[in-house]
Amino acid sequence: MKPIYMDNNATTACDPAVVEAMLPFFTEQFGNASSIHSFGAQVGKALKTARGQVQSVLGAAHDSEVVFTSCGTESDSTAILSALKAYPERRTIITTVVEHPAILTLCEHLEKDGYVVQRLRVDKKGRIDLDEYKSLLDDRVAIVSAMWANNETGTLFPVEDMAELAHAKGILFHTDAVQAVGKLPIDLKSTKIDMLSLSGHKLHAPKGIGVLYVRRNTRFRPLLRGGHQERGRRAGTENSASIVGLGVACDLAQQHMEAENTTVKRLRDKLERGILAKVKNAFVNGDRLLRLPNTASIAFEYVEGEGILLLLNKLGIAASSGSACTSGSLEPSHVMRAMGIPYTAAHGTIRFSLSRYNTEEEVDRVIAAVPPIIAQLRKLSPYWEGDGPVTNPEQAFAPAYA
Amino acid sequence: MWDYSEKVREHFFNPRNSGPLADANGTGDVGSIKCGDALRLMLKVNPDSEVIEDAHFQTFGCGSAIASSSALTEIIKGKTLDDALKVSNQDIADYLDGLPPEKMHCSVMGREALQAAVANYRGEVWSDDHEEGDLVCKCFAIDAVMIEETIRGNSLKTMEDVTNYTKAGGGCSACHEKIEDILVAVNGRLYSNEPKAKKAPKESPVKPQLTNYQRIRKIEDTLEALRPMLQRDHGDVTLVEVDGKKIYVALTGACQGCQMESATLGGIQHKLVEALGELVQVLPVGAMAHN
Repeated sequence: MKPIYMDNNATTACDPAVVEAMLPFFTEQFGNASSIHSFGAQVGKALKTARGQVQSVLGAAHDSEVVFTSCGTESDSTAILSALKAYPERRTIITTVVEHPAILTLCEHLEKDGYVVQRLRVDKKGRIDLDEYKSLLDDRVAIVSAMWANNETGTLFPVEDMAELAHAKGILFHTDAVQAVGKLPIDLKSTKIDMLSLSGHKLHAPKGIGVLYVRRNTRFRPLLRGGHQERGRRAGTENSASIVGLGVACDLAQQHMEAENTTVKRLRDKLERGILAKVKNAFVNGDRLLRLPNTASIAFEYVEGEGILLLLNKLGIAASSGSACTSGSLEPSHVMRAMGIPYTAAHGTIRFSLSRYNTEEEVDRVIAAVPPIIAQLRKLSPYWEGDGPVTNPEQAFAPAYA
Repeated sequence: MWDYSEKVREHFFNPRNSGPLADANGTGDVGSIKCGDALRLMLKVNPDSEVIEDAHFQTFGCGSAIASSSALTEIIKGKTLDDALKVSNQDIADYLDGLPPEKMHCSVMGREALQAAVANYRGEVWSDDHEEGDLVCKCFAIDAVMIEETIRGNSLKTMEDVTNYTKAGGGCSACHEKIEDILVAVNGRLYSNEPKAKKAPKESPVKPQLTNYQRIRKIEDTLEALRPMLQRDHGDVTLVEVDGKKIYVALTGACQGCQMESATLGGIQHKLVEALGELVQVLPVGAMAHN
């Protein structure tokens, strides 16, 4: 049977149109955009087109606000380190506990160098408290960095409001929007967002290409120096093929924006309803009213996510888990822990993230596949007996933890 | 996704001896706080022969936790309790054709469940003294707690010291930043590898030869000096045989079958090489039989 890919928040398939647009840039269009001869000039034109396409999907005022980077992580690091360099007297960073490691690990590292990091907590639906946020905005803060959409639950932060509040206090605002771009309509020129990270491979462009949007007149200090590329804001020969691919992907994302928020959303909702109707002791994580249209994070109590994924994989279904044991680190997902999801449920959390390529038939197949898998694993679980959890699960099975 | 062996996959997809065991007379419930996995091992022990007649498990955990539990029950069935207790976590991992370094704790959890279940059968209370930290060295599966304790216990100063004592950082070297962070956290600063003062050339190029007796005394003294450190971890070491450059020791107590056995031997070897001024190899007593 044809495999089903529902892990689009991890990465997406390159759209065939993207690949087709890229191919000439590996062969006849190999020139360096900086060269004066015609080999380079063609490439230079293609980059300009792509920059315009990215500008358009972001709703940026100018195409020169688009800085191509190698990935979302580079964009995140560039944004935060730039703010710290540009405002050396400001030593505080405000972020949230549920950010991607690209932000959190960098912040932990900066703490060692004496910077102060304020991490906004979230409630059980993954929402921040705007009052707490307001209370932290003062003239010691160099930058606020908050993700637009959470990669695990799809929950949206009110970044436009947060940017307004930061702006009113003269503080730079950055958002890691790698999960939001292409899934939500964005119009940066009508916001006060100063910097935004996007990553190509989350929207059907290839891996290894990212963008940092830098609003005109934002104080900026480059991470990589050495060349005039990207107007001196990111030195290094342009990844021309991937930039062209990203441009096309942005065009396609705009064409499919409505479908993403209608068709894809309907399939996601059907998937959630279908699974929850058949599996008890399961619930949806995150803010169901304010989240990405493609993401379903479902906690299956008393089983562990990796087992579910291995059994799904056997049926050709690809999803991912919010649990510890699949990520290379053993820590349970920091997002689930921050929301206060109990261990026994956080470990059994599965994320299905859809794209415009998923079909109704695929959703039906997943709805049929999941319940027997959960039942099979619950049979092995010390928290489960017959067709329900044991009475007082946490007391009935209280292992000695090492 | 992890690179699991066929055997791990097979035991995960078709776990042996899963589910409750109605007439169990020994039960061990243990878990690993680091990853939240937990395991209940149930034994049916023949009271006369102390033979494990049946073993079942229930596991809340990842694929390798389930596979390790399944393997454990297969390994111990038919063994006497004393023989079963000789099963090390490495035996469980070997039975499964190996586990990824990040997943070795699943086999440790299996061994601990076995200890807990036997203690429960014998009416004893088993308490775990093994604390697990973040995995730092992926090449040799050494965690942060292990590194920190070894640094404290031996007043280690440099990256090189840590590698000599724990093996951590002795492989790809990608974890050196993390190890240096731990050194700074413990010592308050980072000591650089001070170039060793050049020793004045020896008067006589011929080293004073130790007699066999002196040599063995020296080995005994060195082990004696290490003993408090091992005992702190509820383990111990005994010298069994000296065969030229090969020194066979028996690790007992908590050291036996410990995930860190090979690292412990490495630390002992390092000390003996220093004390004897010659290159020697420290081997577990089990290696004698193989030779």
